[in-house]
Amino acid sequence: MGLMEPLLEVDGVTLQYKTPNHLITATYRVGFDVLPSDRFVLLGPSGCGKSTLLKAVGGYMAPTEGEIRLKGKAVTGPGPDRMMVFQEFDQLLPWKTVLQNVVFALEASGRLSGRAAEERAIHYIDKVNLTKFTTSYPHMLSGGMKQRVAIARGMAMEPDILLMDEPFAALDALTRRRMQDELLGLWEETRFTVLFVTHSIPEAIKIGSRILLLSPHPGEVKAELNSAGSPQEQARLESRIQQMLFSEEIKEAENV
Amino acid sequence: MSSANALAERPRVSTRPEIVRERTETQGKTVVEKPLSTLELLYNQAWLRKILILAVLALVWEAYGRYLDNDLLFPTFTSTLAAFFRGVADGTLPARAWGSVKVLLIGYGLGILLATLLTGLAMASRIGTDFLETMTSMLNPLPAIALLPLALIWFGLGNGSLVFVLVHSVTWAIALNTHSGFLSVSRTLKMVGRNYGLGGAGLIRKILIPAAFPSILTGLKVGWAFAWRTLIAAELVFGVSSGSGGLGWFIFENKNMLDIPNVFAGLLTVIIIGLIVENLIFQTIERHTIQRWGMQA
Repeated sequence: MGLMEPLLEVDGVTLQYKTPNHLITATYRVGFDVLPSDRFVLLGPSGCGKSTLLKAVGGYMAPTEGEIRLKGKAVTGPGPDRMMVFQEFDQLLPWKTVLQNVVFALEASGRLSGRAAEERAIHYIDKVNLTKFTTSYPHMLSGGMKQRVAIARGMAMEPDILLMDEPFAALDALTRRRMQDELLGLWEETRFTVLFVTHSIPEAIKIGSRILLLSPHPGEVKAELNSAGSPQEQARLESRIQQMLFSEEIKEAENV
Repeated sequence: MSSANALAERPRVSTRPEIVRERTETQGKTVVEKPLSTLELLYNQAWLRKILILAVLALVWEAYGRYLDNDLLFPTFTSTLAAFFRGVADGTLPARAWGSVKVLLIGYGLGILLATLLTGLAMASRIGTDFLETMTSMLNPLPAIALLPLALIWFGLGNGSLVFVLVHSVTWAIALNTHSGFLSVSRTLKMVGRNYGLGGAGLIRKILIPAAFPSILTGLKVGWAFAWRTLIAAELVFGVSSGSGGLGWFIFENKNMLDIPNVFAGLLTVIIIGLIVENLIFQTIERHTIQRWGMQA
């Protein structure tokens, strides 16, 4: 395990973006390594730049300092080797059916075409239990189903790393739990590498195998922890994370 | 609950008995699903409702025409229809209509082409955006008819000048709508497209155009209406240009001969073509695209 080459290296990355009136530093010299088959979670309160960091890994913005490398090559722009799953439900193309959405991703990126693309798409749609809805349009699906399609689409591309930006945040609590279980089930099957952003401590502990804690304004690494197995350990880890994130304001901290 | 003491000692769990139903009561007793009545089904058909409206309008027209009893001022619906069918039978109306539609399609097509070019430019660079915005705000309010005298000097009395004013009337409406449609495409969708490695023309063609299709379609509809109006008006003034002339010229000629039912028949043709294009062509496109995609209720 310790000898494994890192798949994704984030090396002293400072991210800045401009609003009309300000220059904002989202993260300051953040560094971490993601190993193959990691379920790496970026956790922190809002304003810690975790989503911005994920966008940078996705190639949507360039770091002002430091470098992001995937398999040793510097990331310069968006590409199908890093598939994003967004929080928003409108990430599916509304003019395409579920099947067409997945096939289109494969064809537009030049990964596969024709029959092969369709077979791969059907395989992954089946994995997220949406076989019955292959011919439905996105507007006919519930929020959870849309996110499942987005996950199927991301996995069908078989990217080096799957980037998930709070994919379950807009779902209701029951659906969210089911989706978390399903994601873990999928991981057990295919052992893909995933970089997962969340602001929910329980979700981080449940999903992650390794958790990067970020502090806000600007985002800096506070800790890099291993997730826990047994429920007791999980509870201990949760209170430990709470302590680290909200040590000053522990009384106001709400349990999300 | 009145004293503070009672409040403090309130039990955390309610002591009322719990209710659990083994079986629901309505099983098999109420109607869960039942087809609507024929009348309701008929009323749900948009085309039937529209035909009803048209019939009422025709009835009002007929009644007023009869009441006025003056074919020179306001011919009745039936005499207009008679003139219309006479025109159709002897082939003048279809020939005139085709003359108009032909010029219209050329102008419309060129307008779409030009609008595509301008919006593509606007999406590609910031200076292109500024160019499109400036041109649109300058030229969109300019009535196409106002350019006709100039066009006649440049292109002569032929179809060339008609096409020129048509292109002018179509381009800005379509470009403006398409551009604002592109701008309102959600950031997420654009990011999804770039995630697939799409960029430039591919992103515009495969992501932006379908995503902005409701606005584009509105632009096409508005452009079509502008083109029609401009054409008829232009023909009314200088329609004699190309030998036969179009519908506008047909209306003008018949007015000169005081054959008012024929004038109305000409107008009716304009209306009918408008209804066909709107209800058959555009609505079919709408049904197969934005309605199916859930972009419009």
